[in-house]
Amino acid sequence: MNNGQILDKLKGRYPESIIGSDEFRGDLTVNVRKDDIVRVGEFLRSDPDLSFDLIVDACGVDMYRPEERFEVVYNIYSLKNKRYIRLKVRVGEEDPTVPTVTGVWPGANWHERETWDMFGIKFAGHPDLRRLYMPEEFEHHPLRKDFPLMGIPDSLPLPRR
Amino acid sequence: MAIESLQRDGFLTTRLDEVIKWARKNSLWPMPMGISCCAIEMMATASPRFDISRFGSEVMRFTPRQCDVMIVAGTVNYKMARVVRKIYDQMPEPKWVISMGACASSGGMFRSYAVVQGIDQFIPVDVFVAGCPPRPENLLHALMDLQKKIQGEASMGRGRGLPIYIPENPEPAIKAQPA
Amino acid sequence: MAARPPEEIKMTPILKALEDQDTSFTYDPLENAMVLNMGPQHPATHGVLRLLVKLDGETVVASVPELGYLHRGYEKIAENSTYHEFIPHTDRLDYLSPLSNNVGYVLAVEKLLGIEVPERAQYIRVLVCEMARVASHLVAVGSMGMDVGALTVLLWTFREREKLLDIFDVLCGARFTTSYTRIGGLQRDWPDQCTAMLDIFLKEFDEDLAEVEYLLRTNRIFVDRCEGVGYVSQADCIALGLTGPLLRAAGVPHDLRRDNPYLVYGKFDFNVVTATESDALARFYVRIAEMKESARILRQALGTLPGGPFNAMEPKRVLPKKERTYTKMEELIHDFMLVNIGIDPPVGEVYQAIESSKGELGFYIVSDGTGQPWRMKIRSPSMSNLQSLPMMLKGGMISDIVAVIGSVDPVMGEADK
Repeated sequence: MNNGQILDKLKGRYPESIIGSDEFRGDLTVNVRKDDIVRVGEFLRSDPDLSFDLIVDACGVDMYRPEERFEVVYNIYSLKNKRYIRLKVRVGEEDPTVPTVTGVWPGANWHERETWDMFGIKFAGHPDLRRLYMPEEFEHHPLRKDFPLMGIPDSLPLPRR
Repeated sequence: MAIESLQRDGFLTTRLDEVIKWARKNSLWPMPMGISCCAIEMMATASPRFDISRFGSEVMRFTPRQCDVMIVAGTVNYKMARVVRKIYDQMPEPKWVISMGACASSGGMFRSYAVVQGIDQFIPVDVFVAGCPPRPENLLHALMDLQKKIQGEASMGRGRGLPIYIPENPEPAIKAQPA
Repeated sequence: MAARPPEEIKMTPILKALEDQDTSFTYDPLENAMVLNMGPQHPATHGVLRLLVKLDGETVVASVPELGYLHRGYEKIAENSTYHEFIPHTDRLDYLSPLSNNVGYVLAVEKLLGIEVPERAQYIRVLVCEMARVASHLVAVGSMGMDVGALTVLLWTFREREKLLDIFDVLCGARFTTSYTRIGGLQRDWPDQCTAMLDIFLKEFDEDLAEVEYLLRTNRIFVDRCEGVGYVSQADCIALGLTGPLLRAAGVPHDLRRDNPYLVYGKFDFNVVTATESDALARFYVRIAEMKESARILRQALGTLPGGPFNAMEPKRVLPKKERTYTKMEELIHDFMLVNIGIDPPVGEVYQAIESSKGELGFYIVSDGTGQPWRMKIRSPSMSNLQSLPMMLKGGMISDIVAVIGSVDPVMGEADK
C-alpha cells in the first residue's frame, strides 16, 4: 500500500473528518478534525489492510498562530505494512482539550502526559493526567514559545546552602 | 626519618593530627551520586583499567551513612537538587564533595530552565573537575588533590580550605598505566 | 511496623495515582499495605528513576514510576540553537551509545534537506553504529548481572568496553560523547589505525563474549532469578509501543535495520534475533545474540569499506575543511554563515528513526525555513519502554524489581530528555 492508497481509503471512510493532507520527503501527514481523532485512530488500527498498531510518538507543537495555536501530532507505525503515518490535530488556545487516544493505543499514555506538562493541552478522558518531567507544583508549561529559555526566576525552589 | 626511627627503635613518634589525616586521606570511601554520563566514567574509574581501589576508594557504598566523599557526577536539575542536598545532609562529618564534570560544576552545556547552574549554589564543594566527561585519569588526579587538601587542613574543628579547580588537561605527574 | 493511617499522609498526585491503581490482585485481610520509595538515588546503576511501590509483604501490588530527575530541557535548547550546534547535545541522550544518537540526528536533518552522503561515509556510519550498539549491550548485560548479584560480569564487560572506547578515542578524540557525525558526512576520515584496532578487537571478541555468557548461562542463581520475571504479552507490547529488544523478546521480528533500511544496511547479511518467552532471561539472550550479529555486520563492513570522499558535495550545508577555511574566500564565507546563521532548510517536517540499542530512536523536526528548528521532538525508546514497568512488576517480589529494570535497560538521559 502506498501513501495515495492509504489516503483514499481514509477519505472514503471518513470524508468529513479529514481536513487536509500533505506529503513531504515520503512521509504522509493527515490533518484530522479534533473531535474525530478517536474514530479515525480506531479505524486505522483495526482495519486489516491498514493495521497501524504501533504508536511511535505523540507530541505537541506550538505554532504560535493567532488562531488554533497548538497542534498535536501522532506518529503511528504499521508492523504489517512497514510504514509510518502522521496524524495532526489543531487545537486552539482558549480551549486546549483533545479527546484522548489511550483507548485506541494505550502506549500514548505517557506521551499525552508529557504534552500536558510541556504545553498545557488537556486530554479529555485520560486516566491519569499528571506532569511527567517538571515537579508537580510547577505552574508554567515550558515548551510554549512565550516561556523563556532560562526559565522564570524563583519558579523552581532550590535548597539553601 | 620517621621510617628510620621505626626500623631502629621499633616505634615512631608523630602528632595525632598527622596520623588521623593520613588515615582519612588514604581510605576515602566515595558516595557515587551518579546521575548521568559522568557516572559511566566514574564506573570506568572503578573498572580494572583505571582502578580507583588503589587509592582506598574501592568500596562505593551507596548509602551515605558510611561515606566520606560524595562525587556528584552528572547534571543536577532543580528536581534532583533537593535529593542531592538531602543525601549530603545524611553523610556524617568529616565529609568532602567532588563536583565531577562541567554540568555539576557550572551547569555545563545545558543553559536551560531546568538545570541548576552549578551545585555550589546549594552544597559546599571541595574539588571541581573540568571535562565533559572528565577522563578517568582526571578524576583520579582530583582524588589525589583532595588527598593533599586533607593532609593540609586541620583534622578537628572547622578548618576547611578553599576549593581546588582541576583543569581539563593537567600535566601528568604520574603517567597512566599501559593498557 | 504499622502503616500510617491515610489521613495523615498528604495526598500528592503521584501518591493518589498509586492508590487509584487497581489492587484487586490480592485480598489481604490484615490490610498491611506499605508504600516503599525506591528513590532517584539508587544502587542499581540505571540512573535516576524513582519508583513508588505498594507492597503486601514482599509482593508488589502496584507501582508507579516517576521520571524527570534528569530533565535538561533538550527540546527547548534545540529551538534556540542551530542544527550544527545541537550535535554535541545528542551525544548526551543515550550516553551509553553516543555515536548512534549522532547518526540518528544527522540522518533526520539530511532527510529534511534532501541530501545524500557518499558511500564511504555511510559505511563508516554503519561501523560506528554497530560498535556503539555492542558497547551499550555490554553495559546492559554487565549491569543486569551486577544488579542480580554477579559482580564479576560487570568488570569483565567493562574490560571489553575499554577496547572499544580506545577505538573511539583514536577515531574522534573522545572516549565517549564523541560528536563524530556532521550534516552531510563525518567530522574526519576513518584512519587505518582504527581498522587494525577493530580487527584485533573482532578476533578476541568471540571468545570473550563466550566467557561472559558461560558465566551466566548455566548459573542456577541467575537463571532462577530472571526466568519468568517481568512478563509482557505480545499484544501488550505492541499496544504500549515498546520497541527494541523488549519487542523482539516477545516474538515480534521488528527491526528498523531490516524493515525500513537506512544507510547501507540493505547490503549486509544479518539475522533479526527473536525469542518467545518475553521475560527477563529472554531479553538477556536476545542482547547477547544481537552482539554476535553486530560483530558479523562489523566484519562485513570492515571488509568492504569503499574509498572516496566522506563529505557530501554541498558547500552551503556542509562545514568546509579547516585548512580551506583559512585560505580560500568562499569557504570562509560559507563557514561564517553556517556557524552564525545556520543552514537553510525547506519549510516542512520530517520524522526519521534508527534502531538504536534500546529501541527506536527517532527525531521529529518541524522546520520553518530558518537555521534553527521550530520544534524538535526526540522519540526516546527508554521512555516508551518504561511505560510497561507497572505491568511487569505487578505480582512480583521486591527482588524481582531490580532484575526487571535491568532487563528493560532504561537510560535516563534519553528518557528524561
